[in-house]
This record gives sequence, C-alpha cells and structure tokens, in this order.
Amino acid sequence: MTTVLPYVNFFQTKKGIFSWIFSVDHKRIALLYLYSILIFFLAGATLGVLMRLELLNPGKDIMEAQTYNQVFTMHGVIMIFLFIIPSIPAVFGNFFLPILLGTDDVAFPRLNLLSWWIYIIGALMALSTLLFGDGPADTGWTFYAPYSVKTGTNVTMSVLAAFVIGFSSILTGLNFIVTIHRLRTPGMNFLRMPLFVWSLYATSWIQLLATPIIGITLLMIVAERVLGVGLFDPSIGGDPILYQHLFWIYSHPAVYIMALPAFGVVSEMLPTFAQRTIFGYKAIAFSSLAIAFVGYFIWGHHMFTAGMSGAARFIFSILTFLVAIPTAIKVFNWVATLYKGSINVQVPLLYVLAFIFQFMIGGFTGLVVGALASDIHLHDTYFVVGHFHYVMFGGTGFAFFGALHYWYPKIWGKMYNKVVANVAFVLLFIGFNTLYFPMLVVGLMGMPRRYYDYLPEFHLPNMISTYGSWILATGILLMVGNLIAGFYRKGPKVGRNPWNGITLEWQTLSPPPLENFDRMPQLPLNGPYDFEHKPEIKE
Amino acid sequence: MTTSASTFAQGVDLSLYVIVGISLFFLVGITFVMLYFVFRYNKKRNPVASNIEGSHTMEIIWTAIPTILVMVMFYFGWTGYKPLRTVPDGAIELKAYGQMWKFSFEYPDGRITDSLVVPIGKPVKVNLVSRDVLHSLFIPAFRMKEDMVPGKNNFLWFEATQLGRYDILCAEYCGQLHSYMLSSVTVVEQPEYEKWLASAPSTADEHPGLALLKQNACLTCHSQDGSKIIGPSFKGVFGKTEIVETDGVERSIVIDEEYIARSIKNPNSDIVKGYMKGLMVSYEKVLNDEQIGHITDYIKTLK
Repeated sequence: MTTVLPYVNFFQTKKGIFSWIFSVDHKRIALLYLYSILIFFLAGATLGVLMRLELLNPGKDIMEAQTYNQVFTMHGVIMIFLFIIPSIPAVFGNFFLPILLGTDDVAFPRLNLLSWWIYIIGALMALSTLLFGDGPADTGWTFYAPYSVKTGTNVTMSVLAAFVIGFSSILTGLNFIVTIHRLRTPGMNFLRMPLFVWSLYATSWIQLLATPIIGITLLMIVAERVLGVGLFDPSIGGDPILYQHLFWIYSHPAVYIMALPAFGVVSEMLPTFAQRTIFGYKAIAFSSLAIAFVGYFIWGHHMFTAGMSGAARFIFSILTFLVAIPTAIKVFNWVATLYKGSINVQVPLLYVLAFIFQFMIGGFTGLVVGALASDIHLHDTYFVVGHFHYVMFGGTGFAFFGALHYWYPKIWGKMYNKVVANVAFVLLFIGFNTLYFPMLVVGLMGMPRRYYDYLPEFHLPNMISTYGSWILATGILLMVGNLIAGFYRKGPKVGRNPWNGITLEWQTLSPPPLENFDRMPQLPLNGPYDFEHKPEIKE
Repeated sequence: MTTSASTFAQGVDLSLYVIVGISLFFLVGITFVMLYFVFRYNKKRNPVASNIEGSHTMEIIWTAIPTILVMVMFYFGWTGYKPLRTVPDGAIELKAYGQMWKFSFEYPDGRITDSLVVPIGKPVKVNLVSRDVLHSLFIPAFRMKEDMVPGKNNFLWFEATQLGRYDILCAEYCGQLHSYMLSSVTVVEQPEYEKWLASAPSTADEHPGLALLKQNACLTCHSQDGSKIIGPSFKGVFGKTEIVETDGVERSIVIDEEYIARSIKNPNSDIVKGYMKGLMVSYEKVLNDEQIGHITDYIKTLK
C-alpha cells in the first residue's frame, strides 16, 4: 500500500503503556474498559463453569460447600459489578457516544479516565479478598443482612469494593448526561439523536441517581460489622428488612442500567442490517425513559415473601407489570423494523435475533415471578436464576457480543473471520439455552437457588444444564479467540462503512483519527435513520 | 410441575398457566414473524427496502393489548395469592423455628419436633421464628413459602389436601449448609394425627443433654464422632488442651465446665484455632445454667 492516510488513527498517535493508562481519549479509555471487562467476564464465566461442574451430580463433585458459597458470591460480584453494569456504556458508550453525536470527546475527559481508574481500584479490592482476610465473602452478591454482618469471611472488603466501583458508574453517568446535553453536533436536536444515545441518556440518569443509595447501604454494612451500630442485625436492634429495601432501591433500577444500553445497541444494529429506518423512533426513545422511570418503583417485588403488607405486595406487583408495557413496545418496534427491509444477515444481526428471542423469554419469565401467586412458589428458586440469566446474559450479554462484532471493523479497521464467528454464535446460542432453560424447569420443580447440594429428583435438569455450560464455554472461547485473531489477520482493511450504516460513526475513518472525524459529519435529512436521504460517504 | 397437595395449588398453578400460556403464544408468534421477515425481506428477495417510519395505529394496538394482558396476569396473580394470606378461624397454630441449619417445630402442647405432622383437610397456621439469620420455609408441594426473618413475626398457613410426605426446604440462603437445611411434612388422617399427638415424645429415655443438643441444632455443626463439620467435634473435647484465639491473641487453655459455658453464652470470645469466628450465635437467653450443666455432663460422656 502506498496510499498515505490523511490522518493517523487513534492507535498510532502515541505509543507505550502510559499513553494508554493515562490517556484522556475516550476511544482509548473505552478499550481499556473493554480489555479489563473481558478479563473479568472470562474469570466470572470460569467460576460459573466450576459451579455447574459441582452441580453435575448430587453430593460433592469438586469442592466443599463453603468454597461453593464463596465461588457463587465471587461469580455474582464479578459479573454484576465488574462486567454487566459497566459493559455496554463503559465500552461502546465511551467509544461511540461522542462519535454518534459528531463531537471529539466526552464533556469531561479527565473524569472519564478517573472512572476507569476507580473501576480498576475497586476491582483489585474485590479480588484482594482472595489473598487477604478470612477468605472471600460467602454471602451471595446481595450481601443480605444479618448473615453478611455475622459471617467471618471478608465481607467488609467486598462491600467496600462495590462501594468504590459505584463511583465509577456515577461519574460515567454524569459525564454522559453532560455530553449529551452540551456536545451534540450543530443540527442534532434530541429527536435526531441515534437510539443508542437515548438509551445511554436514560441509563445515565439511573446511574447518577440510584448508585449513591447502594453506596450508603454498603457503608452501613461496614458500620454494622466494624462498629456494631445496630442497623440491620435484630440481635443489636436492627432490621434485616430495612437492608432489603435499601439494597433493592438501587439494585432493581440497576437491572435497567444493565438492560437499557442493550436495547440501545440493538436499535442501532437493526436499521443497519435491514437497510431501512427504525420503526417507531419516538416509541423506542421514550419507552427507554418510561422504563427508567417506572423501574424506580418496583424494587419491592424482590421481597414478596419477606413479610411485606398485603398493600405493599399489591402495589409492587401491579407496578412490575406496568414495566412490561414499554418493554413490549420496544420488541414490537424492533420486529417491525425488519418488515420490508432489505435484510443483510451478518453475524451481528444473528446476535440481535438471539437477543430478541432470549430477552423475550427473560421478560415473560419475569411476568411469571411478577405475579404474586406464582411468585410465592418460584421465589428464590432456580426459576429466578434462569430468569435473570435470560435477561442479563441472553439479553445484555448477547447484545454486548453483537455490538462487539458490529463495531469491531470501526474500532480496529479490520474484519474478523465471519465463518468462525458464525460457528461461535451457533455454539453460544445452543450452549446458552441448554445451560439456562433447565434452570427454569428445575425451579418449577421446587429447587431453591444457592444450593450446593440437591435432592435426587433434581438431577436430570442439573446434568443437562452442566452439559450446556461446556458448549457455551467452547463458544465463548472460540468467539474471543476469533476476535483476537482478527487483529493479526492479513488482507484488505475495511473501509469507512463496511455494513452500509447510516449513523455518524460510519462517516469517519476506521479506526477513527484522534479527533474522531477527518471531515465534517453530515446528518441525514429526516432523523438519524433516514436511509432514503443517506449522505454519500466517500472513502 | 411438582405434586400439588394443598388448597393453594390450584390458584397458584392457574396464575402460572395463564401467564405461561399467554407468554408462549407471543413468544412463538413474535419469533415466527421475526424469522419470516428475515427470510421474506432478505436482500436477495427484496433488494430495495421501504423506509416505513412507523404507524400510530400499530403503536396504539401494541400498547393497548399488552396493557390489557398484563392486567389480566396481575389479576390472576392477585386472586391466586389472596387466600395465602387469609387464615381461616380455628386453624391449628404451630411455631416453626429456623436456625443454621435446621428447622424445628413446636406444637401447642409444647412438644418440639424435627419435622411436621399435620392432619389432612384442616387449616394449619405456622408462625415463623428465626433464631439467627434469614431462612425461608418452602413446601413446593403446597406452593407455599415465607421468609423467617429474625426479629419479625412472619407466618404462613396451608390446608393439606393429599396424604403423604412432602419436602420442606430452606429457600433463603443462610450460610454454609443452606442446602442441607431440609425437613418434611407428613399429612395424615385426623384420627392418626390425634393418636400421634397423644403419644409421648420419643425422647424420654435420652440423656437430657443430648435432647438439648438436638433441640437447639447444636449437632448440625458439632459432631459426636470426632469429624469436623463447622465447629469442633464434641468427642473427647472435655479436658483437652486447645489453642484458642482471644481478641486476636492466641493462648492455650484446657476445656472445662467454665469454657463450655462461656462458649455457649459468648461463642466468639475464645475461638479454637482453625475455626471461623462469627458463625455461632449466643445461646445465653435460650439455655439456663441447669441446661448448660446437662449439656456439659453429656459432652463429658463422649470420650
């Protein structure tokens, strides 16, 4: 190649580790997040595979009860706080929010770097419990009192870690809100923003407003353990139900911190691969806000069996059902976006289709546990474990992988091997459903969650589930391996717009230059997905 | 589904079938339409896309229909659930205790058992008491579950409709042996229940110390045969010299009457080396000095 690029891309501007870990470029910070998040995801998944191995047969398979309890706690802490909460916003939000808005960085680049550092410090604190103190926490990621106050394991450090990581989430949320309000390119009003931006906007408000509550709640656990204040432990005058309220006031909205960004990336990918505008732009945009808003008021459904009053159970159940409506609206609009499109079936679209299917199962099983009668039977059983893995992994996880395949050529300027990517997808899809569907069944049969050992009648579904974990793990390794191999692939570089997308990131170079755009981005005439008036993109 | 053996099963299962039925219809329908679109409007069959921006009619339809359906689901959930909290008059009233990691049940006549025996066709109200952390009393066959929260008076009730023996499981994570916190409920005919009530508890010829150890779930953690469970085994422990940790300082002590009493009343003050702090709660208010004396006497016999 003799062509000289007019700009150096953001990889080439500076070299060396310090130019990365102290970079204030949103794209480099996004990749710092990506690499750290993927490492934690693989660690969390390894713990998950070990748990499944232990549950292959009744009785002890590979570890003791106490170890198992610590493993599922660490799995939950890693997957929730270190993978799924930061995942899409911190990686793709950081990388693409400024580009989708047609600007050169987030509003507060230094704060952005600080968020990553706080995340890393918090992560190291969480992992330090493996080495220091009386062993990692054995409470479950929910840290329910009074067990979390009484247990001898290192709960104090674990909750402090979650407290610290919370600040990373708050600062990212703040940064994005200001960026969206202040840094949109001229001509882009709120209703011309891409839907991923809308979903990040809704998410950021939850991060900003709800995360402080978990912060103070976790500090209360520390105060209880260290000073014996008497907040949650009834033997010293506290109330364990108070803890549950405080915990879920954050942790239920947090479910939408995890899910809304996934809705956003799906709403980006669908128009690109259908080559047409999104169906019901406003419905999708505003339903994100509706979900974020109603999502604040339904935390009580985590406590239907904890002894709340009848009135409280009635209200929390009905509000829970209300959240299903904006969610259903989104699904209908996504499917309608495929109508009369010109559909290009590529790897990211397969992830989107799997996302819609699995997310629907996650949503429908959510209705089952949102209803009071059926919840009484299913509360705290494996049905719930199956339900939230369908939402979080089958939904958000698959959307994350889809987004990774979608924006890969933009970020690195190369294309992965598509055949291998398809095979990995099939393994992931089969493995995922083989792993988690039996959990729904065994939950209906009455097997409680967080069980190290189980009655013989639960054996078959547990066995199938464990087999599924092997298929899923193979799929994940193949997918990650294929993406890494893509960096070293020979062959032509991809152009600016390998998928023929319409949003602004496809108008710039792949990888983008430091300032994001080499020429002024052009907005389509009528809204962000107006394929009929798509600005011509010259290489 | 698992066996159904209480009056709640019908209402709970009905709400489940209604929700799962509606859900399956939409899951299959939407998935089918989605895949059909991908096939029908594939770029080979449909090279030029139509830029349809949306439709108010469709938005109204697919807002209204889910709204109605979720309210139907809510209704079945609520009506199936309401009887679960409405205890009929004249119910037999029992107490269930949860502690790490054992259920025990107290009958009106004061007898304490490891498992439940109830008559068929009679409402039974169970008051739930936790002695340490959260537990949850779960009877899958009865579709019944309620948390046992320390410091709070929760209850559940049920009316069994089928004879037999059904599992009771702890559904709220409560520490190391959570998955072994199991018991059972046996549903019998009324005459058989009365006969059982009239019979003397079978613990009469036991050492009073052993009876107390069983009642208070001590043996879940402390074995009698020298094996290590959670705490030190009782076998041969009396008179033994042990290294204990007191306020972070290790010291050597001989296990005597005074140490046993201290360990029952204030279990975290001297932890034997190699064991974990914080797992045992104080039994100061549960056991009096005479009872502690019985326990000490029994432990002396375990050589």
